[in-house]
Amino acid sequence: MTRYLIRRLGLAVITLVLLSMVVFLVASVLPGSVGRAILGPFAEQQSVDNLNEELGLNGPVHIRYLRWAGDAFRGDFGESYKFRAPVMDFLPGAFVASLKLALATLVIVIPLGIIGGAIAAFRKGRPTDRIITIVGLTLAVTPEFVVGIVLILVFAVRLKWLPPGGSGDGTIGEQLKAIVLPALTLSAILFGYIARMARAGTINALAADYTRTATLKGLTWLQVMRRHVLRNAMLPTIAVIASQMSYLLGGLLVTETMFNYKGLGLLIAKAAEDRDVPMLMASVFVVGVFSMIMTLLADLLTAWLNPRVRLEGAE
Amino acid sequence: MTAVEIQTPGAKAVRREFWSQLLRSKTFIVGMAILAFWVLCVVFPDLVATHDPTAQDPLAKWVRPFNDGHLFGTDRFGRDVFSRAIYGAREILIVAPAATVLGTGLGVILGLTMGYLGGIVDDVVSRLIEALISLPVILVALLALTSLSAGRLTIIGVIGFLFAPLVARTVRAAVLEERNLEYVRAAELRSENAFYVMFIEILPNVFGPIIVEFTVRLGYAVFTMAGLAFIGFGSQPGSPDWGRTIFDERISLLSDVWWPSLVPALALASLVVAINLVADALEGVIDR
Repeated sequence: MTRYLIRRLGLAVITLVLLSMVVFLVASVLPGSVGRAILGPFAEQQSVDNLNEELGLNGPVHIRYLRWAGDAFRGDFGESYKFRAPVMDFLPGAFVASLKLALATLVIVIPLGIIGGAIAAFRKGRPTDRIITIVGLTLAVTPEFVVGIVLILVFAVRLKWLPPGGSGDGTIGEQLKAIVLPALTLSAILFGYIARMARAGTINALAADYTRTATLKGLTWLQVMRRHVLRNAMLPTIAVIASQMSYLLGGLLVTETMFNYKGLGLLIAKAAEDRDVPMLMASVFVVGVFSMIMTLLADLLTAWLNPRVRLEGAE
Repeated sequence: MTAVEIQTPGAKAVRREFWSQLLRSKTFIVGMAILAFWVLCVVFPDLVATHDPTAQDPLAKWVRPFNDGHLFGTDRFGRDVFSRAIYGAREILIVAPAATVLGTGLGVILGLTMGYLGGIVDDVVSRLIEALISLPVILVALLALTSLSAGRLTIIGVIGFLFAPLVARTVRAAVLEERNLEYVRAAELRSENAFYVMFIEILPNVFGPIIVEFTVRLGYAVFTMAGLAFIGFGSQPGSPDWGRTIFDERISLLSDVWWPSLVPALALASLVVAINLVADALEGVIDR
């Protein structure tokens, strides 16, 4: 396990460096003058040049990259063009809000997906199975705002149970209410993938010899399910949750815009609209790191649950 | 030396079997029917639409569906919601397939090279791809669109480039399964160059996975571009584009006026679901 851990962490560091390069290159090397974008089309070329100089945009790419990455490493992502204030004034709050939303989504979708998948597996080939599979796959490919519209319409406009948007900055109760609809919207995308893997995993585990042995040696149905079937069905399910992480985080962009939820997604959408490049780079980078960490955690969890990986190199 | 004739069913018979299996698949037929409808709307929108999608009528604001000759009612400017949904198909059904073709083309070249040549190129590019994949496509696209002018060609280019590594990963995996088979060895023994082996020998044999990947990517392209349009990139304000319309009209939702945003949303959903139905059917037939 230690060896696996070290190797996996080493890869994560390399990925992190590559990630910062990708973000920097995509945002900076492409043509388009930042000074011009800020000052508008009627500004004099001289003032555009001056601003570019002041913002440190002149000079070779690799020098600029190293400066940006060095500052970022120390937690300094520069100053927002729009607000004329450090990006770090905005980033932590938005990150925490998005983290809450992502966690709320996982809390909703993981049990639902696993239970849905397991029910479909027990009812394999029957109408229940078909309904769960079709609904799941349809939701998985439907863009977030389609689901969002329906949820707002039903729960906010018609039933008036929940607010149609906002971050609920007030009491915990208000925050919880504000998070439900965006979290359900994101859950809709993930449900199908998780249910499909849980279904396949359960079907495999139900047919496996160890399940028959467990039943034959007299364990109760519940024990067989918990210790043998679900445990083995979990492995591929966790792996698929990890692989969908970047879709979940990409979904924040549209979902937070839809619900005006003040997290990283909304920050990114606003920064893109204002062409606020430092803010945009920093927030996209943070989402990348976020996604990487989630994937890493899921990989480690998979390894820990799977003795074949956990004990690799131990014999 | 006499060539050994191997008795295999002719290419024609294989193709006929492929199509007959596809046409027997309900998923495929339903998916294709919906797709065909939307393609018709792109080519001949005025055949389907009942009104001019841009004609405003201040006296007929927020007409409810099935009233005054408006099938799905009108929006806050009195424009016909149904006709706008029909015209809204055009932008996305031109841009998404173009980007997918570009992404698949680049991805096939990259994947073939990585899978066949292997070695250090493969290692380095694989790492890069992994870093890129941990970033959501829609965010990288947004980053690039912010620095570039957000025109139609830019979007096609950006999404195409971002899809290339994802396609490459699939193609690479397929090539790895082929590269040690006898026909590849035989071509190498004839001292064919790497280019010939990759594109003439291996490529036709990994065509199945490529077609499936193309269809799946097309679904994601529509998904991604609708998302970008929704936050204001890739379409002009006031254009009937679905993502844009949903963003523009979502405020009316709060007054319980659901049709101007829900109709384009369902149109979009039907398109994405149709593409995925076709992808599913293709995968089922090709895997067998």
